[in-house]
Amino acid sequence: MSESKPQGVNDYGYRQFYLGSYSFARDEYFAHISWPGGSHMISVDRFLRALMRDVAWNFFYGTVNFDEVFGTTNHYGTVDVFAGLYNGGYRAQNRQFVETLNGDAVRSTFAAILEDWTNEGFDPFAAPEETGTPFGAKHGSNLGAVRRNRVVAQRMVGLKNDTPLRSDATGNPVNRQFSDVDQGEPEVHAEPGFEDEVHAFNFFAYLSRSDVTWNPSITSAVKNSLLCPTTEEYMLPIIHGNDRVEWFVQLSDEINWDVQDRETGAPRARVVMKPGDVAAMPADIRHQGYSPKRSMLLVWENNDSTLPELYASKKLKPNPVDF
Amino acid sequence: MPRETRFGSLAHFEKGGVQVINDDPRNYAFSNLFEVASKAEPYEKVAVGKNLKYVLEAIRAEGTSPWYAASHDEAAIVMDGEIEIRLVKLQEKIVADDHEGTTILEGAPKGQKMGHIVARRGHMALLPKGAAYQFHAALPGVILLQTIGGDLTAQRWKDICQS
Ligand SMILES: [Fe+2]
Repeated sequence: MSESKPQGVNDYGYRQFYLGSYSFARDEYFAHISWPGGSHMISVDRFLRALMRDVAWNFFYGTVNFDEVFGTTNHYGTVDVFAGLYNGGYRAQNRQFVETLNGDAVRSTFAAILEDWTNEGFDPFAAPEETGTPFGAKHGSNLGAVRRNRVVAQRMVGLKNDTPLRSDATGNPVNRQFSDVDQGEPEVHAEPGFEDEVHAFNFFAYLSRSDVTWNPSITSAVKNSLLCPTTEEYMLPIIHGNDRVEWFVQLSDEINWDVQDRETGAPRARVVMKPGDVAAMPADIRHQGYSPKRSMLLVWENNDSTLPELYASKKLKPNPVDF
Repeated sequence: MPRETRFGSLAHFEKGGVQVINDDPRNYAFSNLFEVASKAEPYEKVAVGKNLKYVLEAIRAEGTSPWYAASHDEAAIVMDGEIEIRLVKLQEKIVADDHEGTTILEGAPKGQKMGHIVARRGHMALLPKGAAYQFHAALPGVILLQTIGGDLTAQRWKDICQS
């Protein structure tokens, strides 16, 4: 294949990328990350699924660990890109590496990697059973899939001038694993003049039509209180490190969570959540979820921008309530 | 192969839980909103989630509720049953802008009828700022309310959470 290979790409057809002191390359199976004094490999399957979330979420809240070594921490303007920073073994030997970079620069490089390294037929947001393989030499692309962002309602999904509802007509069919979810709409009887304020919608049907997994998207806001439901299948492709307390309400089916110490990765607990279960995730943990069947999870966030500093400086305790 | 989607209800819920490796289960404030509602009085507003001033309340809907209002939007998700939500545009401001959380009104509100909503399991309704609202449920149901902790919010974590 080397004779027809375009300029600037490796033997497998992929571009190499540079960000700060990091370089990123891929082959048929792996992402290779290098930095001064170290290097790391991640299965490209895991890497692309993690990268998709990091880009679409704009680094989300706190830390997005791609695996036990590599990841990003959001400082809402700048981003720490790190290797070994939250790994007990690396830290014990002072082998961690971290660079604080401009958030927009990191995001645009990550988006470019995602676009170049995602092949035709692979959707990093989809459950593995619903999509093709990420492996092999470069073949085509899937720009429509990798350019999706999370939905961000200002007040509530479906209100006038807010983010729209989903239907067959909008290109959002019911997912195969939610084919039994009732699609009936609430009865909404608005008096003349109040059509824009008397509002309700079938929230579970809306979620049943999500074409992405592990992608908390805002459906309603009360000041800084954001309901960020998401549909989950297979496993969260990152290990999320909190910079504040977040809460989970299991709406349907079951998710198991592995919870670890945020700094070292030492196991702290497993949390098994069934329909109606509510649990907090403390501000000093990281977690990864496993969902055997596609399930509906309500992630609840407090968007107050002063919180990371208050938890980091221990002015707030990591647990939400004392009893 | 499609598999059945499982939801919970007052009549049927199963609880998971925290399996501790090196932790205190109370850090997770683990509860089940159907269990909480099954043990609550009608329209008691029991916090099942609290993130500083914000709360998620589990509400057992049964019969007709008082009228409520808030200085900010609230959002209601029906988790079980069928619930009617009646809305009235408040003629005068009853709740001060800086007073957060749900306020109970004395008697019926004064103002124009905005309309009503009949919502079933899985439906989300806006309880808009500036409106008074009332719930009605012929049979027991459950509402999960997104709001701010207020005068009516009951906190009894010790009773509802795994310890
Ligand atoms: Fe998380």
